[in-house]
Amino acid sequence: MIRKITALFSGLSVALILGTGATQAEPAERIVSAGGSITEIIYALGQEHRLVARDSTSNYPAEVSELPNIGYVRRLSAEGLLSVNPDLILAEEGAGPPETLAVLEETQIPIVSVPMGHNRAAVMDKIRTVAKALDVPEQGEQLADSVGAAIDSATSQEGLENKRVLFVLSMQSGRILAAGTNTAAQGIIEMVGATNVVQGFEGYKPLGDEAIITAAPDVILMMEAGGFLSVPDADVLAHPAIAVTPAGQNGDVLRMDGMLLLGFSVRTGQAITDLAAGLRDANG
Amino acid sequence: MPTAEQISPATVCDGDRSATTRRIVWLLGALLAASMIVALATGSAGTSLWQALSDVLQGRELSLRDRVVLLDIRAPRVLMGCLVGAALAVSGAVLQGLFRNPLADPGIVGVSAGASLGAVGAIVLGGALVVWTVPVSAFLGAWITTILLYRVATRRGRTSVATMLLAGIALTAFAMALTGILVYVADDTQLRDFTFWTMGSLAGSTWSKIYVAGPIIAIPLLLTPFLAKGLNGLTLGEAAAGHIGIRVQRLKACAVLIVAAATGAAVAVSGGIGFVGIVVPHLLRLASGPDHRYLLINSALLGAALLVMADLICRVIIAPAELPIGIVTAVIGAPFFLWILLRQRGIVDL
Repeated sequence: MIRKITALFSGLSVALILGTGATQAEPAERIVSAGGSITEIIYALGQEHRLVARDSTSNYPAEVSELPNIGYVRRLSAEGLLSVNPDLILAEEGAGPPETLAVLEETQIPIVSVPMGHNRAAVMDKIRTVAKALDVPEQGEQLADSVGAAIDSATSQEGLENKRVLFVLSMQSGRILAAGTNTAAQGIIEMVGATNVVQGFEGYKPLGDEAIITAAPDVILMMEAGGFLSVPDADVLAHPAIAVTPAGQNGDVLRMDGMLLLGFSVRTGQAITDLAAGLRDANG
Repeated sequence: MPTAEQISPATVCDGDRSATTRRIVWLLGALLAASMIVALATGSAGTSLWQALSDVLQGRELSLRDRVVLLDIRAPRVLMGCLVGAALAVSGAVLQGLFRNPLADPGIVGVSAGASLGAVGAIVLGGALVVWTVPVSAFLGAWITTILLYRVATRRGRTSVATMLLAGIALTAFAMALTGILVYVADDTQLRDFTFWTMGSLAGSTWSKIYVAGPIIAIPLLLTPFLAKGLNGLTLGEAAAGHIGIRVQRLKACAVLIVAAATGAAVAVSGGIGFVGIVVPHLLRLASGPDHRYLLINSALLGAALLVMADLICRVIIAPAELPIGIVTAVIGAPFFLWILLRQRGIVDL
């Protein structure tokens, strides 16, 4: 048992070490991407022919859905992963469960942990890590430069400082699940230069009716409708607390694609531009 | 012309069923063995058990990949499926006998809620420091709940089954409220971990977990046959059972501790796998009668076989991804159980 536990720890630490500085003897040709933002980077690097499977959060570009789906990034199946015969696994930080990673480590398949974060530096870091793991560092630098430039030109937006934005992750039977600090939503709202109205808690939590009224958002930001749980704009605006906020009065519900908005990957520049345009269009 | 059997099917069930029952023990044993072999031989990685066996017999070295798939992925998983399935089914059978209530199940005496509380506590407060923080604290949660329950329900050395049932419901509500508080302070990734945990899965089965949970499940299960006669006597009612020489108080204490250990450890390693604890004992009562001497061992065999097969379905149906096993046991088991109830209405009583 002790041996198993130590094997496990070394498995985790190997994964971490590999994440910071892996160089394979030969470039990997059968890559599994566990994370939507990683998949986007692989496509942007033009390396998609080396991709053999992806996780369930990888939905862009559309053709990625033709690849086998290894499931949710935090619930990876060891045998499922082995079934696609990978020689490299790129996993978002937080991918797991640890048991799966430990078993994979025994098979000596390299696992690269890609750092996550919600700002410009994190996007650069992600691109460089993926490019290095794919053994295409030059393309990685080029991509990082162009994505960085896109983000820079998009972030120099003005006149949005006073926009108060409420990001609503979901609304179920009138309960609003809102984005607080330390979330991808907060990150993108900050990058666009607007204000996230929820500063009282970290992560995504239910926001009370009175707190919504006090927060007085100008715009309600949501992910694009789709799936059976999605709520139409009319229902959001009809919410008793939202209805009395400036956003509710002006009917300002802004919808964006979830992976574009919150992925913090190669399309983040575009996400900022789109979000800024959407916020500018809002009446409040 | 209808034969005598067709005219009155009830008489067939009434007499001495020990011959049928013995045959059922062997049948279930064979079913379990077969399902274990199939589960060991099947999986998305395509490693062949037979090829591996013949390689080993001929002294050839297995490839690293095949060795990991067979020995570190499939084998602990199949074994864990057996342990958890047997634990849930036997716990259900024991509790139903103890409470003389066909609805009793580990969920009802607060064991599962206590385990959930422990697991969430570990996920939210402790983080996933070591792989087995979650199982161990889930087990502690189940254990503490059960001891509390037993203390509440015991007055002057006598345990009231009715108080225990009611206290179980109250403790469940309390544990779930505490879980709710923890869920509220959890961040979204912890929340998703928790959601997956509640749906149940055998995916995290490793040898180290089997070393931890195996004895806590297996030892109580091996002790359950000693409860069989007592539980049979208890069907007459507590007073009558006492009169025929059964030490009712000791029986109750042993049964509760056994269930707490087995279910606590099972829930801890596999999350919330519902339904096995209710369906398996009922199916067996229909097939081989309510005699606990057979019911308990049959429950262990069928529960284990059922869970191993359900887990096999989870692993292959959407490969390379995996389904949570709780979904599979409920989706297949619930309609099947309803169908049995409709066909055999009236004979589901204990």
